[in-house]
Amino acid sequence: MIHTFPNGGVHPAEDKFAAGSSIKALPVPETVIIPLSQHIGAPAEPLVKKGDKVKTGQLIAKSKGFVSANIHSSVTGTVKKIDNEPDSSGYKRTSVVIETEDDQWEEGIDTGTSIKKNITAGPEDIITRTLDAGIVGLGGATFPSHIKLSVPKGKKAEILIINGVECEPCLTSDHRLMLEKGEELLVGVSLIMKALNVTRALIGIENNKPDAISHLSRLAQDYDGITVKTLKVKYPQGGEKQLIKALINREVPSGGLPIDVGTVVHNVGTAYAVYEAVQKNKPLIERVVTVTGKGVERPSNFLVRIGTPVKTLIEAAGGIPGNTGKIVNGGPMMGKALNNIEVPVNKGTSGILIIPAPEAARKPVVNCVRCAKCVSACPMGLEPHLLMPATEFKKWDLAEEEKILDCMECGSCSYICPSGRPLLDYIRLGKSTVSKIIRSRKQ
Amino acid sequence: MDKLITVSPSPHVYGDDTVKKLMYGVIYALLPAFLVSVYFFGIGALIVTAISVVSCVMFEYLIQKYMMKTEPSVSDGSAAVTGVLLAMNLPTNIPWWIIVIGALVAIGVGKMSFGGLGNNPFNPALVGRVFLFISFPVQMTSWPEPIVSRLQYTDAATGATPLGVIKEGLAAGVPMSRLAEQIPGYLDLFIGHLHGSMGEISALALLAGGIYMIARKIITWHIPVSIFCTVFLFTGILWLINPYDNADPVFHLITGGLVLGAVFMATDYATSPMTPKGMWIYGTGIGVITVAIRVYGAYPEGISFAILIMNSFVPLINKYVKPNRFGEEVKNG
Repeated sequence: MIHTFPNGGVHPAEDKFAAGSSIKALPVPETVIIPLSQHIGAPAEPLVKKGDKVKTGQLIAKSKGFVSANIHSSVTGTVKKIDNEPDSSGYKRTSVVIETEDDQWEEGIDTGTSIKKNITAGPEDIITRTLDAGIVGLGGATFPSHIKLSVPKGKKAEILIINGVECEPCLTSDHRLMLEKGEELLVGVSLIMKALNVTRALIGIENNKPDAISHLSRLAQDYDGITVKTLKVKYPQGGEKQLIKALINREVPSGGLPIDVGTVVHNVGTAYAVYEAVQKNKPLIERVVTVTGKGVERPSNFLVRIGTPVKTLIEAAGGIPGNTGKIVNGGPMMGKALNNIEVPVNKGTSGILIIPAPEAARKPVVNCVRCAKCVSACPMGLEPHLLMPATEFKKWDLAEEEKILDCMECGSCSYICPSGRPLLDYIRLGKSTVSKIIRSRKQ
Repeated sequence: MDKLITVSPSPHVYGDDTVKKLMYGVIYALLPAFLVSVYFFGIGALIVTAISVVSCVMFEYLIQKYMMKTEPSVSDGSAAVTGVLLAMNLPTNIPWWIIVIGALVAIGVGKMSFGGLGNNPFNPALVGRVFLFISFPVQMTSWPEPIVSRLQYTDAATGATPLGVIKEGLAAGVPMSRLAEQIPGYLDLFIGHLHGSMGEISALALLAGGIYMIARKIITWHIPVSIFCTVFLFTGILWLINPYDNADPVFHLITGGLVLGAVFMATDYATSPMTPKGMWIYGTGIGVITVAIRVYGAYPEGISFAILIMNSFVPLINKYVKPNRFGEEVKNG
């Protein structure tokens, strides 16, 4: 049976050029730039200073507050400076810059390739190690994962959902991870199940990855309670709320969280990171990043150390093509355009997409013809054609009433609009203003 | 890097549809009906369509350039669509100057006075058509004889539409069974061998166009289907109650421009609701009003008025009928 969410969605070209290229570890770069804010929440507090020697996997910044995450050194070397450096958001953020030497891992980290299936850690251990290892949601949202491993009081998790959908066109990092690290990933899923005290886990994969579906289904037979589910190819199938609706037919209420309907969603990359943290004692210092695009010479999936400059990845994939018009951190639907390729890969970087110049420009904007395509494309059942003018004319009450805050910025409306209207640009602006208004009302 | 790259918010890819492609799609969808019309009415169909399209495009260009002082956007094809649809609503023997007046009212009053594409509350082609219908009732209701009038324009021999025959006949107390002998058979009605305007004759060709538009996702099926269902049900009930004084539902479906109205006029983007639920309300309203006018009103046909009346309810429908919001009604199982 093929599952899907019922309302809305679009079908952009899949363009998964790097699907066939196996994960290749990139050499450690000469310098890494490790931002102290790679997650949602408070930036981590640095524990090192200029001139300090650090080892690979050493804790260099400690999480500060409940919603925050530890940061570890991804290389061995000397701290050159702790300064404001531009990151992938385009803003300058406090970062630790390290000049690398020969790779020497922190003691106690198992760097071997053998698979450790035997789970000895208890639920508390799993949560603590996830916190210690600085794991955040690797699907792109970078929400600190330990929070999502502990069920809040009064709530109950019944079922774990693992997101292997990878509905963003072009990206293939999760696909390759499922194919090449399937066993580790399933151990990771079992660990998360244990932490959450659930007996069932569903792994959702879009049916444009039949190899990953059959591979994981076969492996999952040896694991209690883990089932692989096939999903229809439709964007945004991997949106958290859409995935829950598709797999277990429950709707997360407006403004609510998955736990409100008895479920928790983690990305496959996160499950793999939990495996490494708990079974191998290895912190999150590297991740799989897809480098792809129509003009890219060798579309690839690289295993890279956090802090590696984006430029290094692009060069390893064959360099910047001549007709490049845009370089995106992430996929074409939700990624952020980069204004600088010296910025580092961080925990949330799932891909680097290079878009040729003719496709980089937007369509000319003409009148809204009220064709209602944005309404039928919106997976949240909103009316983008109404939210855009509500923002344009500062009708914040109307925007709030029309549920502007339910928008998850998937971009389906802007994608589908035949008039080329910048619907999502305005909705983003409206969302931030409306949430400010709501916050000030509460005070 | 020495070259400039674009930095813009997501999404970074866009669908293929443009307003221009959608509008030309509507024109392609009207081609079968146009060809059928040329087959039955010959030269008149060509002349009327040409005058209508050229006048609509010209008026839009002149108004945008000299009155609104904006960059004319006639290349998007929307004025041409209005032109073809207006022509589809006219008899093929109508004098040229009436068409030009119709085009001026359609584009000038119906569309540009509200701000142009997307801002008009009423379907422009229907505004033009209804204006002509009320102002020139004689010219607007003399329908040329199919086939025999192929080489004639304003001098064509004329007759009444099937709905007109029935309306007058029933008013004069003639029973339905006798009137049925005076109108063409259902097959002729379906393929278009009858008296009528260009676009009301061939239900078959119009349906083909409708299926093309639904397949290309230019329109959705909700509005046409809701209109057809409502008309079928309403006239079916009347027919079952009293078959002597009422035409049967199939006859109602394939005559009087119902298909043209349901497929091409009621589905106009700017003047129809935004949600499937809203479309059902709108389509049902059009169906009910159409049958009411046909059966109880003074005019033999009523879809034009029905669409215009329901157009005026669209802002209200859009205000109160919202899409199914995700997570609003939590029905978890």
